[in-house]
Amino acid sequence: MKILTANRLTDGIAVWYADGGWAETVDHADLAHDKAAEDRLEAIGAKAYADNEVVDVNLIDADVVNGVVEPVRLREKIRAAGPTIRSDLGKQAERAA
Amino acid sequence: MYRYDEFDHDFVQARVAEFSDQVERRLSGEITEDQFRPLRLMNGVYLQLHAYMLRIAVPYGTLSGKQLRMLGHIARKYDKGYGHFTTRQNIQFNWPALSDIPAILADLASVEMHAIQTSGNCIRNVTADHFAGAAADEAADPRPYAEILRQWSSVHPEFSFLPRKFKIAVTGAERDRAAIQTHDIGLHLKKNAAGQLGFAVYIGGGQGRTPMVAKKIRDFLPEADLLSYCTAILRVYNLYGRRDNKYKARIKILVHETGVEEITRQVEAEWQELKDAELKLPDADIRAIETYFAPPALTERPEGDQAIKLARLDSKGFSEWLDQNVVTHRHPDYAAVTISLKGIGEVPGDASDSQMEAVADIAEKYAFDELRVSHEQNLILPHVARADLKAVYDALVDIGLATANSNLISDIIACPGLDYCALATARSIPIAQEISQRFASLERQREIGELKLKISGCINACGHHHVGHIGILGVEKKGSELYQVTLGGSADENTSVGEIIGRGFSSEEITDAIERIVETYLGLRLNPSERFIDAYRRVGPAPFKEALYAGETKAA
Repeated sequence: MKILTANRLTDGIAVWYADGGWAETVDHADLAHDKAAEDRLEAIGAKAYADNEVVDVNLIDADVVNGVVEPVRLREKIRAAGPTIRSDLGKQAERAA
Repeated sequence: MYRYDEFDHDFVQARVAEFSDQVERRLSGEITEDQFRPLRLMNGVYLQLHAYMLRIAVPYGTLSGKQLRMLGHIARKYDKGYGHFTTRQNIQFNWPALSDIPAILADLASVEMHAIQTSGNCIRNVTADHFAGAAADEAADPRPYAEILRQWSSVHPEFSFLPRKFKIAVTGAERDRAAIQTHDIGLHLKKNAAGQLGFAVYIGGGQGRTPMVAKKIRDFLPEADLLSYCTAILRVYNLYGRRDNKYKARIKILVHETGVEEITRQVEAEWQELKDAELKLPDADIRAIETYFAPPALTERPEGDQAIKLARLDSKGFSEWLDQNVVTHRHPDYAAVTISLKGIGEVPGDASDSQMEAVADIAEKYAFDELRVSHEQNLILPHVARADLKAVYDALVDIGLATANSNLISDIIACPGLDYCALATARSIPIAQEISQRFASLERQREIGELKLKISGCINACGHHHVGHIGILGVEKKGSELYQVTLGGSADENTSVGEIIGRGFSSEEITDAIERIVETYLGLRLNPSERFIDAYRRVGPAPFKEALYAGETKAA
């Protein structure tokens, strides 16, 4: 499965495409189960890039774990959570708050 | 310290205005990311995993209290309360919003700082010995020359679009603390037999995926010829350096492929055309720049010896810190102090906003308002009266920066790694933290002695692993982090590139492996004064391989 991720132009914060917009957490990112859905996400990403909403747009591998979306690669897990050495920073901190 | 003149002020202000306009046009959608990217990189703005990153230049690592206090202010106001000091003596902020960067740059300009040329294929921040001007073993302060190079290289029209980035380092001492042989150009300032100042010139050093030790192409270049000779080197590189392959674009590859003899001939030929023209440095100009770096007026403070003697009796912590983090100054009543940013289990090179402000206070009160950033990611107070050392120590204890581990195994260089960096393939910081915790005992660290451990989270080698006595390189293998160990690297006047010792280790195994290497060294050293690097050079890799891999099947 694939999800669409990018960084927001204005502040660079990592975002994921979910439910018609860009969410600040990965949990409910839109999943592409097939090639057609991947193409659809890619087109959304390309448009958002062209519209100057986001930068560094990527389609990445993801799984669903305990009902929430989780990226597969460590790099993307860290993007989705924050630095592993500073649990007080990034998405993980906002989640804990 | 160097002070901006009118030209510098106008130049930096003009750049702030220009980049502010570019940011505004980017945010309004007037320019695309493809158009903006090279512009933001010229101003030190990267995009990392979690956010933008802003890299701010600290020219030759020299800072005043006011400047460090401003960095603390930026950390608090625009970032998340901390900054990361880097191996180019710079500082990085990990979380700035693009929309805040114009305000940050305006704040920086107010204290004569900027982020120009901290990225891009240009001449980067010129680095220098962090004990410059204080060291007892130096021929002269290398920073005036670093400043001359900075002025010459700032938006140099010919050298702003080189095949690849270009790094210059200068040392003024025989004992190289600036790692000059790992640079594109390394300059060793010295005096000739006649007492004149000049440079031994090295070119083609570098780390990354193809580590190379620089080659000496000139034993003595008169100081007046600094710019003409560097121009000649840059011209040869700019003309013949490869632009077809990013990984072969650094001057080290050109030097290697062309051969030292031939490239030296080319540089010398180019230099013949330049040497007696407008780039020749007038003596008066060099001396004028030198005055900016005139040492502070160090008054006699002979009471230091007695004060230290008493304080040592009073505090074991002070005594240990004095032995480890305080070095001899050219003035017998003074010392140079290393403020370790490597507290046990902490993130190497990180300092909080309040720590930066407190260190700025200490510098103003006890250190003639002078600070340095070392390429080993520590802060330095270059001039402290020995009589004030106890007060400085006490102030550092209060802010948690009195760890007495300079040059010991927990004084680790580590790049940001996969916790922050978009290029990284593995994490560096948690490995540094675990090793630091494993060797937390200061007594044990001191028994081990000088040991330079350096960790990079990818082959680009920002963590200098190639030149660590023990180097660790994190890579991704089959979706997991794997750590390769190199031994025998060194970044001093006897620079060497470490050798890969064998198969890599998982994140769970790596600290045990490092401990086994250290125990092996302790078992084979001739005496406690034989450092790890000396022992390794004597015995080679065999005993370490045996200790790490003996139990494994030979079939693999």
